Amino acid sequence: MQNLLNGIPLWWYLVVSAALFCIGLYGALARKNAIALLMGVELMLNAANINLLAFWRYLAPASSGGLAFAAFVLVIAAAEAAVGLALIISVYRVTRSIDPEKLDQMKL
Amino acid sequence: MPPILAFAVIALFTNRYRQTSSTIAVFAMIASLVMSFIVFFNVWQMKDLGKKPIGGQIGWLPTGETVLNIGVAVDPLGATFLFMVPVACTLIFIYSIGYMSADPRYTRFFAYLSLFAGSMMGLVVSDNLLTLFIFWELMGFCSYSLIGFFYQKPSAYKAAVKAFMTTRVGDMLLLLGMVYLYAQTGTLNFHAILHNEEVLKELAATPAVLGLGISAAGLIAILIFGGTVGKSAQWPLHVWLPDAMEGPTPVSAMIHAATMVSAGIFMLLRFFPLLVASGEHGTAFTIVGLIGAFTAFLGATIAVAQYDIKRVLAFSTISQLGFMVAAVGIGAYVAAAFHLLTHAFFKALLFLASGSVIHGVEHGHHHVSHAGHGGHSGHSGHESHSSHGEHGHDAHDSHGGHDDHGEHDAHAFDPQDMRNMGGLRTRMPITFATFLIGGLALAGFPFITAGFWSKDEIFADAYYHGLVKGDSLATLVFLVLVVSALMTAFYTMRQIAMTFLGQPRTEAAAHATESVPSMTFPLIVLAVFALFIGFINIPKDFPVFGALMGDGAFWLKNFIASMLLEKPEPLTFNIVPVLFSIGVALGGLALGWLVYARNPLQAGQTDPVEKLPVFNFLYNRWYWDELYRKIFITPLQVIADNYARVVDKGVIDRILEGGYAFGARVTKGFAEFDRVVITGFSDAVGRFFRSLGDWGRELQTGQVQNYLLSGLIMVIAILVFFLFLFQ
Repeated sequence: MQNLLNGIPLWWYLVVSAALFCIGLYGALARKNAIALLMGVELMLNAANINLLAFWRYLAPASSGGLAFAAFVLVIAAAEAAVGLALIISVYRVTRSIDPEKLDQMKL
Repeated sequence: MPPILAFAVIALFTNRYRQTSSTIAVFAMIASLVMSFIVFFNVWQMKDLGKKPIGGQIGWLPTGETVLNIGVAVDPLGATFLFMVPVACTLIFIYSIGYMSADPRYTRFFAYLSLFAGSMMGLVVSDNLLTLFIFWELMGFCSYSLIGFFYQKPSAYKAAVKAFMTTRVGDMLLLLGMVYLYAQTGTLNFHAILHNEEVLKELAATPAVLGLGISAAGLIAILIFGGTVGKSAQWPLHVWLPDAMEGPTPVSAMIHAATMVSAGIFMLLRFFPLLVASGEHGTAFTIVGLIGAFTAFLGATIAVAQYDIKRVLAFSTISQLGFMVAAVGIGAYVAAAFHLLTHAFFKALLFLASGSVIHGVEHGHHHVSHAGHGGHSGHSGHESHSSHGEHGHDAHDSHGGHDDHGEHDAHAFDPQDMRNMGGLRTRMPITFATFLIGGLALAGFPFITAGFWSKDEIFADAYYHGLVKGDSLATLVFLVLVVSALMTAFYTMRQIAMTFLGQPRTEAAAHATESVPSMTFPLIVLAVFALFIGFINIPKDFPVFGALMGDGAFWLKNFIASMLLEKPEPLTFNIVPVLFSIGVALGGLALGWLVYARNPLQAGQTDPVEKLPVFNFLYNRWYWDELYRKIFITPLQVIADNYARVVDKGVIDRILEGGYAFGARVTKGFAEFDRVVITGFSDAVGRFFRSLGDWGRELQTGQVQNYLLSGLIMVIAILVFFLFLFQ
């Protein structure tokens, strides 16, 4: 396991992270379901997390900054998901729909 | 300067709280009284104070290379006034609490009064002519506001304007003198000019501008004396002072005793060395002496034929100031200062006592008219209706008053007219006693009153210089003053008799009541001063009294004379002027007694003075006011009217109309420019931002995903930008 880990270069992680981010971005932009939109956001956050951890592990393993950031991101993602879901439920109760394209009340 | 602070505090903060304001004013006055006394008792036995006044100065106005210093200084003359002014002012303030208690603008009154007192104190301790002039003008302002305090009355505001304008003539001369003095010497510091023989000598040696044939010292002295003439109401600028009694009585007392008119003489005394420098028998001395003597005579004659209790006193002040000026004119420096000092006390006393009389008669009148209407009875409703004859009648539904406001009275009742009084002796005993003391002091009743000693001093000087040394001016002054003093004693007796003796001539007088303690207390204190202040300057070799005083004799003289470069030569005691002095005082009083007191006037009886052939001339004050109206005021009005018609309408308006047409054309041009360039440009800017806004508005779809997309685009754009930038 250790060897396997050692054998993987940093850019593999970055590629995975970038792919994950793109998928998340696509989901956030293109899904017709607000819950899926939220999931896309979560994916992007996790892509960021992968980046943080990879950079920490490869570039500055001595400090714990990367771990701490990742932990922060997780907490924020959890909070965001909780608030987001609550919003979506609330929106659904009012409009009977969770299609983000139909939610244009923020328009001036 | 606590009183000036008090003015600020009252004017800015406490003007709604009557009690607080007057308390502040009185305590500020008492504070400066205490401070002055500390200074006075520290310096009163210093020998060289005249040569080295204490005080300090700071640089104030940079004038080119040099700096104009201002500062304070206490020298013997200033110290003496530092004693007199706060004492008189404090008593007047206390008196005002009672006197003004019914007035709606009570706090304003105390504010002005504080500023008035503060200015006088500032003037006394100024060490240079510039600050003296500033305080001098401040006092001019205060007198204007206070004389016109009852501004609802036309007579009051007219009197205020008159006082202001008349003294302004003198102030103009003073200002000229000041400028000339500065041009000649380069300094305005009293000590540097008046205690510096070189400067004085140089001033005396320089011929005056305009080729008047006198020295610069003489011309400056005359110009500065012009200020005194205005402020101290000397002929020909005396006309304002009698009218100044339109103000509340405490103000009259302030003006006549402690502040305004004293300031004029005070400054004249200050510049005495300059007068001396201009020549012992020079033009300046002659002018001062003649004007003083003439004014003394003029005031005394007019006072004989007046009926208004305060007007008699006003002309008496003019006359007494004439005594002082005449004394200065014959070189009797100390005598003039001494008389100014004693006069301040007894004239303040007389004015306050007359105010008390007016107050009492007013009360009596209210009592009578209310009883007459059957509405009120007894004394119970009395206090609430107290308004003085001179007070704002609009505030109360007025009963009389001397400006004929009381329409529903059958006759307008004047509580200041002595013909309406009589018999007040028993009704107002304290006022009577104090007025009597003040009156006797004014008349110069021998030995026990202050007025005797100071007047005697002037006589002694005049006699010595005139009949002994043969100075014709002094002889003239002596004779004129003797006659004036005789008349002074006479009209004083007349006033006392008409006011207090005999039977009441009106119902109002019969029901007059004694004034409140806050008014009688200052009267009593001032009466004590009026009796005893004269003892500070009893000649050493005067029989009995000189010996009694021992070392105290001539204290004032020794103290003040150190102001002068040359000590005045000591007068040897001479019995003749003293006999004259006693003779005219007693003679005048006796004459007054014979005419008025032996058979007091009955109601409706004509005043014996009216039988005099010159009565109308005197009663109308020699027609000076009419003369001035004819030669100054009317021509000025004509000129002003013509000016308005010809210059204003003809020239200025024409120019303005031309200017208007031109302006209109220019404006039209500007309007065009405005429309094309400025409006066009700003409209374009407006349109641009509007379209930008419209575009931005379309971006805002309200859809989260659109926002996300725009965010993404922006991030990519920034990334690309940085990539290209940092490659």
